[in-house]
Order: sequence, then C-alpha cells, then structure tokens
Amino acid sequence: MSDIPAKQHAVASGAVAAIGAAVCYASFTQAPAEAFLFPRIISSVFLALALWTFGKALLGRSRVGEGLSAQTLRNIAPGLAVALVHIFWGAETLGFYASSAVSFLIMLAVYDPAPHSEVGSWIRRLAVAAVYTAAMYGLFAALLKVYTPQGIFI
Amino acid sequence: MEFLAHMGGVFAPVNFALLLAGTVGGLILGATPGLSPTMAVALLIPFTFQLQPVQGLILLGAAYTSTVAGGAVSAILLKIPGAPANIATTLDGHAMAKRGQGARALQISFLASAVGGVTGVLLLIFLTPVLVQWALAFGPSHLFWLAILGVTVIGTLDSNSMVKGLLSGCIGLWLATIGFDDIMGAQRFVFHDSVAGGISVIPALIGLFAIPQVITMLAKGRVATAAEALSVERHPVLDAVRELLSRTRALSIGTATGAVIGLIPGIGGQIAGLVAYDQAKKVSPEREKFGTGHSEGVIAAESANNAMVGPSLVPLLTLSIPGSPTAAVLLGGLLIHGIFPGSDLFENHPDVAWTFINSMLVGQILMCIFGLYVAGLAAKVAKVPNSVMAAVVLGLAVFGSYSVQHSMGDVYVMAALGVAMYFLERFGFSAAPLVLGLILGPIAEANFVQGSMIANATDGLAAYFLTGGLNIALISLAAISIVYSLWMEAFSRRSSPGRKEQEKEQ
Repeated sequence: MSDIPAKQHAVASGAVAAIGAAVCYASFTQAPAEAFLFPRIISSVFLALALWTFGKALLGRSRVGEGLSAQTLRNIAPGLAVALVHIFWGAETLGFYASSAVSFLIMLAVYDPAPHSEVGSWIRRLAVAAVYTAAMYGLFAALLKVYTPQGIFI
Repeated sequence: MEFLAHMGGVFAPVNFALLLAGTVGGLILGATPGLSPTMAVALLIPFTFQLQPVQGLILLGAAYTSTVAGGAVSAILLKIPGAPANIATTLDGHAMAKRGQGARALQISFLASAVGGVTGVLLLIFLTPVLVQWALAFGPSHLFWLAILGVTVIGTLDSNSMVKGLLSGCIGLWLATIGFDDIMGAQRFVFHDSVAGGISVIPALIGLFAIPQVITMLAKGRVATAAEALSVERHPVLDAVRELLSRTRALSIGTATGAVIGLIPGIGGQIAGLVAYDQAKKVSPEREKFGTGHSEGVIAAESANNAMVGPSLVPLLTLSIPGSPTAAVLLGGLLIHGIFPGSDLFENHPDVAWTFINSMLVGQILMCIFGLYVAGLAAKVAKVPNSVMAAVVLGLAVFGSYSVQHSMGDVYVMAALGVAMYFLERFGFSAAPLVLGLILGPIAEANFVQGSMIANATDGLAAYFLTGGLNIALISLAAISIVYSLWMEAFSRRSSPGRKEQEKEQ
C-alpha cells in the first residue's frame, strides 16, 4: 500500500474512468457504425479496466505511483504556467523565438538557485538565454529551415 | 551474409559524419541524468526530416546505442545513472571512481559495452532475415493479434501495475483512432481542431517522453546540483583490455543475459543490467567484493545493457513490434520516412535496412573509442543545473513538435499529452504501453477491418480471428504475459516487508 492519500488515487483514476466512459459513450452513439467498430471494442476494454482501477482506488487498494505532494505542486506550478503561457499564447503573439527567449529567462530566474539580488547571476542568466536563443535559431531557422509563427517579434 | 554487401554505405562521407555526430552527441546526452535514451531519440527525430531515410536512421541508431553507454559516465563519476539501464553500474563503478580508479572504470565500462553491443547487433544481423521470412506467413488476423500482443506485453511487463499498464495501452489505442477513419472517411473523437487530422505520432512521442522529464526536473525546485563529479586520472587502455579479457565469465554472463532479455518485447536495459549483475555476483568466487568497487560488476552490467540494444530491434524490424520504448520511438522514425518494418523493409529497401544495422555495428566501435575521450566532457555536461536542462529540453520539445508539420496544433497536442502523462505517471500509469498503443493502433485496426471483410466472406469473425495455430499461439502469449504479470505482482506483495502490518491498519 502506498503512502499516497487514497483520495488522490481516487481522483486520478476517477478522471481516467470519466474519459473512458465518455469515449465508450461516443463510440456506441456515433455513426456510421462500421467506422466505430474498432473503437467500440477498444473503448469497452478501456472502460472496464478504468472502472476496475477506480474501484480499487475507492477501496484504498491502489498500490503504485508516488502521488503528488503539496511541495511538488508548488515547485512545478510556476514552471508549468510559464511553459503553457509560452505554448498557448506567447509563441503566436510575441513570435516563436521571442517567446522562447522570454520563457527560458523566466524559468532560469524562477528555478536557478543563484541569488536574485546579485547582478552577476542576472548577467549569467541573460547570457545563457541569449546563447540558447541563438542556438535554437541556428538549428531550426538556419539549418532546418523551419518557418515559425511571427508575432510582434520573430 | 547480405549485410556485408551494404557495409560500404556506412562509410559514405555524410553517413559516417552522422554516425559520428550521433555517437558523440549520444554519449553526452546519455551522461546527462534525466535525459533517457528514449527521450533523446524522440527529440532527435525532427532533425532527421531533411535527411534521407537511411541517414536519419543512422543518426537515431547511433544515438540509441551511445546514450545507453554514455549513461555509465554519470553513473561512475557522479553516482547518478544517466539512464535506468545504468543503475547496476553505479554499484561498483562509483566505488571504483571514489578509490581513484575512475578512468579504469570508464575504460572497462566502454570496452564491455562494445563487446556486448557488437554481440547484440550480430544477433540482430543473423536473426532478422530468418524472422522476416517467417513473418511472410502472417495474415490480417495474425498481424492484428501481433499488434495486440505488443501492447499487452509492454503493458504488463513494463508497468508496476498490470491493470494500469493495460489501461495505458488502451488509452494509446484510443488516441490512435482519433481523426479520420481510413475506410469510411468518418471523423472520430475530434474534440479540437488540433486533432482533426489525427494525433501526429512524433509530437505525441516527444510530449509523452520529454515533458514528464521536464516537469520532474522542475519538481525539484530551486536546488543546486548536489552531485560532485570525481576526477578522471590517466590509465593505460591496454591494462583495461587485459582486465576485460581476464574477466570473461562476467563478460559472457552480461552479454548473454542482455541479448536474451533484449529479444523479449517490453523488458528494458534496466532489467538486463540488474539481472546480469545479480547472476555475475552469484557465480563469482569473489562475490563478496561486489558493491565495493569490483570491475566484474561494471563489466556484467554494461555488457548486458548494450547487448540488449541490437536484439530489442529484432521484433521491430521483422514484425513491427518494438522490443523496448526506444525501439517504439525508432518505429515512429521509420514510419515518418515512409518505411514499414517487416518484409517490405528488407525486400524494397535492403540498402536502408542493412546500412542502418551495419551502422549500429560500426557505431559500437566508435562509441568505445570516443567514449574514453568524451567522458570528462560528458561528466561536465551532466552537472548542468536542472533549471537550464529543463528549459532546454522544453525548448527542443516545442521546436521539434512544431517542425513536424509546421503546425501549432502539434505543439498543443505535445504539451497536452506531456502534462497529462506526468500526472498519470505519478499514479502508476506508464508511457511505454501508451506509446505502443498509439503506434500499433493503426496497424491493429487496419488488419482488424481487413480481417473482418475476409471473415464475413468466409467462416465468420470468431472462426477467422480465434482459430488456427498462429492465432491461438499469439493469443496464448498475450494471456501468458498477463498471468505472469499477475503472478509477479502477487509474489512482490507477498515478499514486501511490513505487508501484514499494513493490512492490519486497513
């Protein structure tokens, strides 16, 4: 038995079971039936296994997985927020490379253990972010000829 | 001996340059804790789009081979395995480095890796043509069951929970059905424009393997790298060769164990290294020295995890069933270049198939030579702070996913799957069966539909899919993997300490 609160297991496996139920419902109600024959078989097994897992979690018998501590969530929240803002908003609004550089710098600022009060550490972060952006530009724009979305900047 | 006819292809200037780049790059990536071989290969796939198929495969194959060996550098010098496959190497390798024998440990490790790796690739060379001929006998029902077997075996053997492993496989199979149905042209499960054309495999692979690693690095918070790299002093290579030759028992146990385990789909290098280490310890007259810096421990573990690489590609190249998560990513790399494993690969693209396999053979030698020289550099890279590493990997994941079809939709899919996978992994779900489901799903469905049409015109669905020797054998193998996994789970529960106390508390 793992030390993770049973509630966490129940929420996680409950979410998977809910997706399984939605997939199963869609498979059996959508047409044409021939196109959904394989999904029907898959989704039935999916739902059965998901319900089994959910039932075990409700009974407190889920044994594997490390779960999520409050500290872990606090640690990942800022980085995840920066990454998601970069992907879902920044890349197309600011420009792919500009948004990448900004998000890279913010990530360094948040997670780099060097003190925020030192000018030297900021210079190092800026230098690393500049090298990173130049390397990405060189690799993808110059070498691989990938045309990225342009926003306010490149 | 067809492979010899294609040996020259490896030494074509561009091919050899890519082999060299993949080997050196892979050694450095492999030495970096947190960058697994699977993730490294997934991140490299976008760089192969502009290359010819054979060149792309050479780069990916070299990276696969050398990341496994490169993981030994950080295992020995930092006591942090570069990849799960190098866990057993830390036991004796780091103890040797602490005694000032870091160079000796690294030399022995790379030499043993090369011996194991070459043996594994030779097995791949000689087994593959035989199995390809055998695969010609497979009809739609057999290919359907083979795809299901692939998902089942990895789902049951690669996960800590059999049910969650199978569930992960089902999620992958469902994800593969999103988009247009090939036969009727109907749209299925299209809940967002980004998935209107189906889930693109490469962004999905990058998301499923790279993003959970990025979030895991972020989860450590604002911490400095605690690991201190031990220095590498000079040590004559010939002495290391002599030592390896005097430890043939550990070398042969490691090589044989790795080669056999590699052939079994779903069992990775981590298990190969640990099993070989355990076996070598059991039969060694110096077993009390294991764990204290004994070279036999390093030899057994490293020869095993590299001997696993070649055989893990046998089921991939012959039957489209990847033997390991990294092989699954390689399958994605093959498909993106329009190459389908099996008889098609060896009949229509023998130059691609054999040059790729030969490059892995030559790559093992290059890895051994360059490994000794780049070890010091690789150890420095391994000390790159988590914050930088996470941001770089995230950047490569975003750029790499975008470059597949120049579509932000692919980046959204990569991010969504990656974040979801991180949370699922925290609760015991596994990425490998999900990826297998995603890759093998279209193969399973296409053969199921084709088989259904044949069945409707002949004996009916049940008779077509459930009878016949090969169908029964494949179904039995899937059932055996489930029963074996259940037995192993029950065994580990029974042997886990404190179980009775926990049950009492319940």
